[in-house]
Amino acid sequence: MRSRSFDVLLILPAAIFTLAFLILPLARLTVEAGTGPSGFAGFFAILTEARYRNSLLVTLALSIVTTLATLALATIAAQTLAHRKFPGRGLLLSLMTFPLAFPGVVVGFMIILFGGRLGLVNSLSMAAFGTRAIFAYSLFGLFLGYVYFSVPRVLLTLLAAAEKLDPSLVEAARSLGAGPLAIQRDVVLPALFPAMYTGGALCFATAMGAFGTAFTLATSIDVVPMLIYTEFTLATNAGMAASISIALGAITWAALALARSRAMRDTKGG
Amino acid sequence: MNARAEAFTRCGSAITTNALTKTFHGHTVLQPTHLEIASGEILVLLGPSGCGKTTLLRLIAGLEQPDGPNMIRFDGEDVSALPIEKRNVGMVFQSYALFPNMTVAENVGYGLKVKGIRRKQRESETKRLLALVGLEDYADRRITTVSGGQRQRTALARALAIKPRVLLLDEPLAALDAVLRERLRVEIGLLLREFGITAVYVTHDQAEAMAIGDRIAVMQRGRIEQIGAPKAIYHRPANDFVADFVGTMNRLEGRVSDGILAVDAEHTQARLRVGGGDRSAVVCFRPEVARLTAGPGAIRARVIATTFFGATQRLVAEVAPGRQLQLDLASSLHFAPGQIVAFDADPQAIIEFEKDA
Amino acid sequence: MGLRWTTLAGFAITALIALFLVVPVLLSVYAGLSVNYARGISAGFTLDWVRQVWSLYSDTVWRSLIVALMTLALTLLIGVPGAYALVRRGGRFARIVEELVTLPVAIPGLALALALILAYGGFGAFRQSTLFVVVGHVLFTLPFMMRAVIAILETIDWRTLDEGAASLGSPAWLRFFDVILPNVRPGIVAGALTVVTLSIGEFNLTWMLHTPMTKTLPVGLADAYASMRLEVASAYTLVFLIMVIPLLIGLQLAADLTEKRTKS
Repeated sequence: MRSRSFDVLLILPAAIFTLAFLILPLARLTVEAGTGPSGFAGFFAILTEARYRNSLLVTLALSIVTTLATLALATIAAQTLAHRKFPGRGLLLSLMTFPLAFPGVVVGFMIILFGGRLGLVNSLSMAAFGTRAIFAYSLFGLFLGYVYFSVPRVLLTLLAAAEKLDPSLVEAARSLGAGPLAIQRDVVLPALFPAMYTGGALCFATAMGAFGTAFTLATSIDVVPMLIYTEFTLATNAGMAASISIALGAITWAALALARSRAMRDTKGG
Repeated sequence: MNARAEAFTRCGSAITTNALTKTFHGHTVLQPTHLEIASGEILVLLGPSGCGKTTLLRLIAGLEQPDGPNMIRFDGEDVSALPIEKRNVGMVFQSYALFPNMTVAENVGYGLKVKGIRRKQRESETKRLLALVGLEDYADRRITTVSGGQRQRTALARALAIKPRVLLLDEPLAALDAVLRERLRVEIGLLLREFGITAVYVTHDQAEAMAIGDRIAVMQRGRIEQIGAPKAIYHRPANDFVADFVGTMNRLEGRVSDGILAVDAEHTQARLRVGGGDRSAVVCFRPEVARLTAGPGAIRARVIATTFFGATQRLVAEVAPGRQLQLDLASSLHFAPGQIVAFDADPQAIIEFEKDA
Repeated sequence: MGLRWTTLAGFAITALIALFLVVPVLLSVYAGLSVNYARGISAGFTLDWVRQVWSLYSDTVWRSLIVALMTLALTLLIGVPGAYALVRRGGRFARIVEELVTLPVAIPGLALALALILAYGGFGAFRQSTLFVVVGHVLFTLPFMMRAVIAILETIDWRTLDEGAASLGSPAWLRFFDVILPNVRPGIVAGALTVVTLSIGEFNLTWMLHTPMTKTLPVGLADAYASMRLEVASAYTLVFLIMVIPLLIGLQLAADLTEKRTKS
């Protein structure tokens, strides 16, 4: 029994903090969402009102495309870097994971330097063809920003999984006559699936909730986080901001929970 | 039995390697190697880790590129430039490399599926192979749910399913525990002979090599030290290294005069009849050829310890301090530490190396 | 040995990704040091922009450091004992608690910030203090500290360590300090570096939680990106890079060390 009281003592600080600064505020957020002009029906405003629904659809589409592109790029890079020694590999990996520490705003700025008015692509395009190429503030720029943000994270997750893949599995498939595509389909991708669920869900959730990058780039695009921000600060509609926040939080949490359960089932079953 | 053998009558290719060499980053891991492996023969590559046996296997498989062209031939056809997926070799890996996302049957049938063989034919072929290795009841089990021995047999069936020109096995029993290893050693040997397929089998375990190989190639530092039938390798090793690697070997050094080896020893006499004229020599004999003798011309040694093996016991005895011999004698005899034993060895079973190294 | 086309394609794509990630960073460093970015290298280099950034924004740099250290202190106090408690208890209850504590990773920072403001916006002094920002950062970083410690606890045999010390008569709290803490140190170090790195770069929560008196570095960056010329914005980014690079190198070293330890 003494051990039990010791356990309680250990968990006490975490319990108090979580209660005071997570559970209580989230409860307050839920109550606030219900105090809007339409009451708890406000929860569904994100689906019923055209402006919010469009914003949600754009954000969902952008996040899904970002996730697919990031997974494709990271899967290729992870397989290229795993089980292979070449000079400069460590440096290359460090460079590719360095942007991990960048907040969304800095990522937005990187995209401005890449695709803005004074950006790299525009300068090259002006010099070569004399045509303007500015896309930093478009949906495509936002997409690039989200990919920039997610590739290092997902790459690390997939690289760890690819390093664990027994190289003789690929050799065995080759000895049975399998070509590169069959090897991907039957051997490599099935082994990477758990990591792809985890990494993909993380990428999707981050893209759905990304505020910093959108804040820097999405001056004319209403992605959901920007919607919450404008509802709260400019329209001072705290109730609506709260209900959209809850909807957004529910989506990202569900995506992560789903991916985790699938990844766990795959690791257990296979 | 007949029907089974019929399906795999001498389907293997003969393998020839011609000055096969492999260099990694300026480091020669395989010295120029000439090999002739007959169709249907089982050749075991035996040696310590890093001796080049796995490199040689991977070169034959097509997983590594040899240093030059025209170095590997299957039935006279140069396959040096063919990658493994075009070489049609069956490979059994140390880790088995079974696909964890597939069932036992799906693993076995995978090579046929990749070749585009129709489902019906694939299934009957898979069924036949599973029956051959005694796994018909496990067809739909996931790989992760079957035992080590069953995985081993699945890997073998999968490699054979594509009707390979040669079968290559890379330490296929190393991942199993000792009891299972000993049982499967016999089983695999029988299966391979039944299939009649050309097989190259890599191991570092000499008992496994003896049980399985038609011939054994003992390797060290990237070269083949000796190649021959298991009995020849055991009884007539070409050098010290081979002698030591394939079993315990006793070594005595001294002067031979009138066919008798005289060894400097403290126990009155240490003489061994070896035949021939006068010379300096190193003579070797295996523990089991030692026999007790009362007559003259015997070696006397002091017993240090005995280990009971069942039918026999092994004596560790020394002819002089620090110079130990091992002798296998009937376990019905009794020896006490400190006792002096007198023995000699069958002159037919004594091996002599030139005294140089 | 001929490389297969898939390998070549893999290398090409990997190289392009690396360029896409690295080139903007290099451009930013270059822009922050160039006299005039639009005019190119011929205009020359200068540290004037960095100086200007320092005179305008040095307070955000210091505040970010203070916030990061306070966040670290709190995550250590709350997270390390909490992680040990969860591993000790195990079972369904521990899983639910862990799920709850790690919820802030799954919920967008904006939503968390909104919840905090709605709940504590009325407490003027607290709302306007740096502590309010710190609370947000602890909320967001705590899961990372706890996961790092739990990961290490799951690889060491903590129960045997604890029972061994208990058999020698050591009481529970002393065992925690003498036996458990020294053995989870690699996890604590990795967790601490992650917490500080995340805190210094945190924007989503901070933008909502900050007041004009409690601006942090990323908040200042957002300001500069919106209102300053490119060279100043780049010089400010350079200051940020200089702050996080040592942390990232530290994280790498810590990861290498743990890998070596678990291998040997």
